[in-house]
Amino acid sequence: MKEFLTEIRGAIMSTLILAVVCCGAYPVAVWAIAQIAFHDKANGSLITDADGTIRGSRLLAQSFSSNKYFQSRPSNAGATGYDGASSGGTNLGPTSEKLANGVHMKNDKGKDVDDTGNFDGIKDLIAAYRTSNDLKETDEVPADAVTRSASGLDPHISVRNAELQAPRIAKARNLGLERVMELVRANTDGAGLGILGVPGVNVLALNLALDSLQ
Amino acid sequence: MHTTDWLQLTLYVGLLALITKPMGLYLHRVLDTDGRTWLDPILKPLENFTYKLMGVKPGKEQNWKQFTFSMLLFSLVTCVFTYAILRLQYYLPLNPQGFSGVSPDLAFNTAVSFTTNTNWQAYTGESTMSYFSQMVALVIHNFASAAVGIAIAAALVRGVARHSAKTLGNFWVDLVRTTYYLLLPICLVFAVFLVSQGMVQNLKANDTAKLVEPMKTTIGQVDKDNNPVTDNNPDVTKRKQLMETKTVTEQTISQGPVASQVAIKMLGTNGGGYFNGNASHPFENPTPLSNFFQMLSIFAIGSGLTYYLGLMTGNKGHGWAVWTTMMILFLVGVLLCSWAEASGNPIHHKLGVAVADGNMEGKEVRFGIFNSALFATITTDASCGAVNSMHDSFTPLGGFVPLFNMQLGEIVIGGVGAGLYGMLVFVVLAVFIAGLMVGRTPEYLGKKIQSYDVKMAMLALLVLSASILGFAAWASVSKWGAPNPITGELGDGTNNSGPHGFAEILYAFSSANGNNGSAFAGLGANSLWYNTTIGIAMLIGRFLMIVPIMALAGSLVQKKISPPSAGTFPVSGLTFIVLLLGTVLLVGALNYLPALALGPIVEHFLMHQGTLF
Repeated sequence: MKEFLTEIRGAIMSTLILAVVCCGAYPVAVWAIAQIAFHDKANGSLITDADGTIRGSRLLAQSFSSNKYFQSRPSNAGATGYDGASSGGTNLGPTSEKLANGVHMKNDKGKDVDDTGNFDGIKDLIAAYRTSNDLKETDEVPADAVTRSASGLDPHISVRNAELQAPRIAKARNLGLERVMELVRANTDGAGLGILGVPGVNVLALNLALDSLQ
Repeated sequence: MHTTDWLQLTLYVGLLALITKPMGLYLHRVLDTDGRTWLDPILKPLENFTYKLMGVKPGKEQNWKQFTFSMLLFSLVTCVFTYAILRLQYYLPLNPQGFSGVSPDLAFNTAVSFTTNTNWQAYTGESTMSYFSQMVALVIHNFASAAVGIAIAAALVRGVARHSAKTLGNFWVDLVRTTYYLLLPICLVFAVFLVSQGMVQNLKANDTAKLVEPMKTTIGQVDKDNNPVTDNNPDVTKRKQLMETKTVTEQTISQGPVASQVAIKMLGTNGGGYFNGNASHPFENPTPLSNFFQMLSIFAIGSGLTYYLGLMTGNKGHGWAVWTTMMILFLVGVLLCSWAEASGNPIHHKLGVAVADGNMEGKEVRFGIFNSALFATITTDASCGAVNSMHDSFTPLGGFVPLFNMQLGEIVIGGVGAGLYGMLVFVVLAVFIAGLMVGRTPEYLGKKIQSYDVKMAMLALLVLSASILGFAAWASVSKWGAPNPITGELGDGTNNSGPHGFAEILYAFSSANGNNGSAFAGLGANSLWYNTTIGIAMLIGRFLMIVPIMALAGSLVQKKISPPSAGTFPVSGLTFIVLLLGTVLLVGALNYLPALALGPIVEHFLMHQGTLF
């Protein structure tokens, strides 16, 4: 019995000590070092404008739809997409009808209606991408432009995707294509150590750079 | 695979091989009560003070029953601790978002999930858990469950290495020393590195950004409590949510103490994400470099433990043979998974998706195809369960790899500790089979393997497969098995139908029993039924596996060692590796192939036919 009580004491005390050391001292130590050494990054790599308003995070995608902006990847984060408080992907599988062709609810007369069940499939996203970027029916579309990312907040698009969008932006902003492509290159995050991962164009940073031109 | 893919894979395996020996040597010191480390000047006083508060005598060793009892008691206490915090989080500090308490079934599921090193997450972190819940209720298990796994592995290795003895070490000492000398120092450095890559670490409330371009969208109406607003159709089941067009002008930027939690989540192979998107969320895995070191940290300790095994048993060749077997299984998985993902989905190709880009649904641009496939393989080889891409959206064969890895028992490096003790069960079986083939009494490192030992080894394996297949079968034929992922209503189709829907269910229970925690996340698993059954499956997968393994350790430690003779079966070298591979694959394949044939395998052929569900 005495041994049993010792064990209980060991279990309870170790839980409390671990809580203090691993859940108190440790995160606070990391917090202190991080706030001093990497203040900007530890606080979300925020982008603020002249009067201090937060315009976004360099690491989180925002929605862009007009012609003068590069568009982010489609998003399934939250009900609206690009919801920073509700990251996630579609989790639709490779043989999903919904993922491939989408869902478009119709009323009794066969007309499209708004419905929470509506969903743009890859087919719909491809059609929209081709139309807005003046592509032919037979042109292949970059996969990242018509698929939703895992987090729904992927800040990047592929270089190929940016190249296809660039003429649209150049036209809308009355800029030379080469000027736009320069900015694309300047806002491309390269592969880690030259070989890790895939280079990607940071859409928010690029669009803000475009805005600051004018 | 591209050239850079091969380079990344070579870099990964090369670095892993390089750190295996130093990690093993360090583990040898940490897991020895009197072992000396260079951190002694700082940590020794803390260690002794901890023993004093706990009333533990560090020199007093335990037999297998005492060791197991201490472990179970500790797990119970920490589990209740977490359950209580989750239920009461509204009244606790560090809750700037004002989240209310977690529901009983979800709190049970989550407490069990973190206690068992599974980190299955039926909740959305950033909209459910307060900072206090994340930092204390969940992080304590990231450390504790990892330390427990290592303690059990150490006890089993001691059981193999010692002879004519009774005791296997002291659980409390292993727990404390592993946490202080191994996990904490590495995490501290690792977490700071992660912040340098862009991971957040703060205690402020969420920020709100003013969008550069406001977003017009049509979504379902909700009232102020977030409940859907519906029309007044007299037939309640036919009511539809009203729609509204909204202009979104702001984006919430979730904040919190992420880096400190992620460091231990990876190193301790826990895998529970801070955010719902887990390691795909840019704040939880900002760059390819942070991704690389997260992957390396998943395997670091488990890999070192194989060297520790060789060191302790005085047969380093044995440790490396086990490591090599694991690496072969790992490489086959990576190559198959990345090939399948790079090949992409012919259905989507036909619609116009660029063929060369592979399957990008549910993947991030900065990781691309290869690092997503590599991460998926590593996280399920180990019992980590963190994801940097959505496994549910993988091609059938790409998703087959993580599923099969978990069903093998996560013995390819495996969870910290859990991988080694899982693999040693297969080693015992391999030795037993070799003995049967040549007609000699099977011996493992000079110890006779007898019927009791084989029974315990088989029990550990059978419990796992019975639980995975039993639960998956039950869910597949029941209404509760297919809840609507949004409304939670029972029996109204999963997110995915057809073979993929079945694969989601099979994946859920494989993940739970294997204490992995990754998911085919389309399954609406936050329901009373799933929270409860998955909770039970996680308990079975952890403790009904550990107890027979500890019994096996208790039996092995008492045996005498007979000197090797010409007829002794060597447990190092190519023959042993082939035999061990065969045992692992046969047991895995025979148990699960019929179920896999109904899921990913049939789906692969249907996808190539263009069938949609």
